[in-house]
Amino acid sequence: MGKKITLTLRVWRQQNSQAEGQFATYKVTDIDTDMSFLEMLDVVNAGIELQSGDPIAFDHDCREGICGMCGAVVNGQAHGPDRGTTLCQLHMRHFSDGDTLVIEPFRSRAFPVVKDIAVDRGAFDRVIQAGGYVSVRTGQAPDAHAVPIAKEAADKAFDAAACIGCGACVAACPNASAMLFVSAKVSHLNLLPQGQPQKDSRVFNMVNQMDSEGFGNCSNEYECEAACPKEISVQNIARMNRQYLKAAIKNEG
Amino acid sequence: MATRKTGLNSNIPDGPMAEKWESHKFNMKLVNPANKRKFNVIVVGTGLAGGAAAASMSELGYNVQSFCIQDSPRRAHSIAAQGGINAAKNYQNDGDSVHRLFYDTVKGGDYRAREANVHRLSEISRNIIDQCVAQGVPFARDYGGLLDNRSFGGAQVSRTFYARGQTGQQLLLGAYSALMKEVNKGGVTLHTRREMLDLVVIDGRARGIIVRNLVTGQVERHIADAVCMATGGYGNVFYLSTNAMASNVTATWRCHKRGAYFANPCFTQIHPTCIPVSGDHQSKLTLMSESLRNDGRIWVPKKKDDDRHPNDIPEDERDYYLERRYPAFGNLVPRDVASRAAKERCDAGYGVGQTKKAVYLDFGSAIERLGKDAIEAKYGNLFHMYQKIMDTNPYTQPMMIYPAVHYTMGGLWVDYNLMSNLPGLFVLGEANFSDHGANRLGASALMQGLGDGYFVAPLTVGNYLAEADLVDADTEDEAFVEAEEGVTGRIEEMLSIKGSRTVDDFHRELGLVMWDKCGMARNERGLKQALKEVRQIRAEFWEDVNVVGTEGSFNQVLERAGRVADFLEFAECMIYDAAERKESCGGHFREESQTEEGEALRDDKNFSFCSAWEFKGVGKKPKLHKEALKFEVVKLTQRSYK
Repeated sequence: MGKKITLTLRVWRQQNSQAEGQFATYKVTDIDTDMSFLEMLDVVNAGIELQSGDPIAFDHDCREGICGMCGAVVNGQAHGPDRGTTLCQLHMRHFSDGDTLVIEPFRSRAFPVVKDIAVDRGAFDRVIQAGGYVSVRTGQAPDAHAVPIAKEAADKAFDAAACIGCGACVAACPNASAMLFVSAKVSHLNLLPQGQPQKDSRVFNMVNQMDSEGFGNCSNEYECEAACPKEISVQNIARMNRQYLKAAIKNEG
Repeated sequence: MATRKTGLNSNIPDGPMAEKWESHKFNMKLVNPANKRKFNVIVVGTGLAGGAAAASMSELGYNVQSFCIQDSPRRAHSIAAQGGINAAKNYQNDGDSVHRLFYDTVKGGDYRAREANVHRLSEISRNIIDQCVAQGVPFARDYGGLLDNRSFGGAQVSRTFYARGQTGQQLLLGAYSALMKEVNKGGVTLHTRREMLDLVVIDGRARGIIVRNLVTGQVERHIADAVCMATGGYGNVFYLSTNAMASNVTATWRCHKRGAYFANPCFTQIHPTCIPVSGDHQSKLTLMSESLRNDGRIWVPKKKDDDRHPNDIPEDERDYYLERRYPAFGNLVPRDVASRAAKERCDAGYGVGQTKKAVYLDFGSAIERLGKDAIEAKYGNLFHMYQKIMDTNPYTQPMMIYPAVHYTMGGLWVDYNLMSNLPGLFVLGEANFSDHGANRLGASALMQGLGDGYFVAPLTVGNYLAEADLVDADTEDEAFVEAEEGVTGRIEEMLSIKGSRTVDDFHRELGLVMWDKCGMARNERGLKQALKEVRQIRAEFWEDVNVVGTEGSFNQVLERAGRVADFLEFAECMIYDAAERKESCGGHFREESQTEEGEALRDDKNFSFCSAWEFKGVGKKPKLHKEALKFEVVKLTQRSYK
C-alpha cells in the first residue's frame, strides 16, 4: 500500500493554439504513491470538475506505455524523472511529500498546443507519409520465409522500431529536433532487406519533410536518448546522417 | 432489413468448407478498375482492422475517408496487444494446418462461432504473416534468420508469431505505414481527432456518418457509398478493463440504434493474467501477456489466508491449481478456464496480496531451468512494466495477477461478407461478432483484425458496391440534417444538466454493477438486479451529471460524458443477452449451468445460436433474432482441457 503525499502543481494552462498561456497553481493532498502520474491528474481534474472549473486537458489513451499518446514535461524532464518510462507509467512513488511539480506540454514550433498539455503531433504523421513505409500492396507479398534475415539485423531493426512516436525526444532537445524519431523510423526499415529498394528516397524525403515541419537541427546534445521512454539509441541519428549524405549525393548526380 | 423476412441470412457460400472462400471470391461481383475511384468509402477506426482496410481499399482504387479518435492513426488500441498473432504456417513442423487452426478456434470459442468465417480466417492467416513481413514488421527470428514461434493458450502447436512483447504495436505500425503510403498517394484522406456520433441511413442503406471534431467541437457530416466500422470492443462498459481510456461503444451503439443488430453482447473475455487492482484511484487495468503462461506457473498457497512471503512458502505447500485440474494443458488452458479457476481459488479464500484478489505467476523454476537471460530476452519488457507498476522484482519473487476484462467477442452482427443487416454497413475486427464465438483464443484478435482489414472487407465491400443501387444523395439530405440535430441536441442537453456528480463517478458505478452481476459469473437474480440498477444509474446520470466546459472547444469531459451515456444504454442490451442465454459457454458463465466439477456446461440443444438484438428504444427490451449455428465439420463435444 502506498503512502499519502501532498504536492503543489504548477500547470501550463492554454485555451487553444492561438491563446496566450500561463501557469496555474494547484495544491493537491492525499495523493497515494501507488497512483500513476495520470491518475494523480485524474484526481486533480475530478476536484476541478466538482467546482465546475476547467479541467486540465492532457492526452492519454492506453495507459500502458505503448500508444505514445501521453506526455508532459515534468520539472524540466520529458515524461518526468524516471528513465525509460512514459508519463502514464510514472508512479507517484518517485515524488516526495511537499514537492512542487512544474507540468508543461511538449514544446516545439512543430507541435502547436491544442489545449494545456495536449499538443498536435501531426508533423510526425507527415514525416511518415513522406517515406516511412515499404511500398508493398496487400496481397503482393512472397512467403514470409522467402527472405531470411540475420537475427542481429532483425534485432537492430526492432530496437529502432520500438519508437512509440510520443515526441519526448523533440521536447527534450534544446533545438526541438526530431532527429531521434525520424532516424528510428528510417533505421527500422533501412536495416531490413524489405526496405532496401526505397532506402535512398526514404531517408531523403523523410529528412526533408522533417525540416519543412519546422523541427530544429541536431547539435549532439543526446537529451533525446535520455528522455526516450523506449531508450532508442542516438546511433540511429548517425546512421541516418550517413545514409542521407549518400542519398543526397546520388540525388545530385 | 425489409428485404429479409425470415430471420437472418448469414450468406454463407455453398460448397465444402475448405472451398467456400475460394468459390465466393470467384462469384463476387467486381468493380471495373476505372470505376473504383468513383466510389467513396468511409472507414471509422484505424486499428489493425480499420487501418488495414483503409489502406487496402485505397490500393484497389477506392476513395477512402479514414477517421480516428486519437491524434494519430498509429495510436489505436491494437497497439497494446502484446503476445502475438496466430497463423497456420506450420513452420515448426509440429502438425499444424489450416484445419487445425480452424478446429482449435471453433473449439476455443466453445462452439458458438460461425464455422465458415473461422475457416476463412484460418486460410488467410498465412497471407497475413507474409504481408506483415513484407511491410517490414520485425517479428522475432531464430539464429538461422527464420521466424520464431511460441505457443499460446488453447493450442498444442506453436503457431504464434511475435515481436517481443509488443506484437500489436509492430503490426499496427505496419498497417499504419501502409495507410500513410496511401495518404501520400492521395487515396486516403485522414481525419484525426474525430469521434463518430451517428450513422446516417438513406434509402435503407448506410451512407454516412456524423462526427465531432474533438479540437474545435465542430459537428461534421461525411457522405460515402459504404461505411466500414472498425471501432473496437465495448469492454469499458466495466469501467476498469485493459482497454484504452478512449475505447468505447458509441460508434457501434449508434449503428445499433439506426437498425444494425447487436450480436452476442454478453460474450466478454476476462483475461487471466492482469495486474490486480490496487485502489479506488485505479483508472485502468494492465494486462500481462498470456505468453507468460508458457514459462510461468500459476499457484496459490494450499493454506487459506497464508500471509507468508511467497518465497517463504515451500514447494509442497503450493497449489498449482491449473496443473492439478487440467494436467493435459496445465498453465496453457484457454483464457476463460484460467480466469474462472483464479476466481474460484480467490472466492474460496486462497487469494494472495493486500486485497486477497490475486494469484501468483511464478517464474522461479523457468529461471532455474533456462537462466535469467533467456527469460529476460523473451519477456523483458513485460517484467519491466510489471516492476514499474507494482514496485517489486518479478525475477526474484512471483508476480501477482488477477483476471480483468480484456476483449469482447460480441459486436455488431455481420454476415459472411462482414456486412451488417443494414446494407452498406460493414463491421470489422473486434467491433463485429463473428469469429471467436464465446471465447477468443490468445493471439487470434490480431489475426482477425488484419484478416478482415487486408483480405476480406476490400473484396466484399467491392462486391456490395458493384451490385448496390445507390440513390443520389448529398450531405444536405434530410437524414443528415436529422442526424446532426440529434447529435447537437444531445450535446446541449448534457451540458445543460449541471448536476453534482462527475462523469467518471457514474462510469465507475456502472462498472461495478456490471462486474459484480454481469462479469465472470452470472445468475438470473443478479442479472435482474443489474437491469434495475443500470436503469437507475442512467436516470440519475441525466439528472445529476456535471459536464463542464463548452461544446465548441477541446472538451474531454464532454467526450467522456457521451461515451458513458451510451454505455448506460448498451449495458441493458448486454444484461438481456446474458439473461436470455441460460447456458454456460466460453466467457459466459451462468452459475445455474455448470458440471459437478464447476466447469461451464453448454446446452447445445437450446442455445446453439447467435443472438442478434434489434433496438426497440432506450429502456425497452430489444427484440431477439436467432441465427442458428450449423456445424458441418466440427463435432460438438464438451470442451475438455484435462
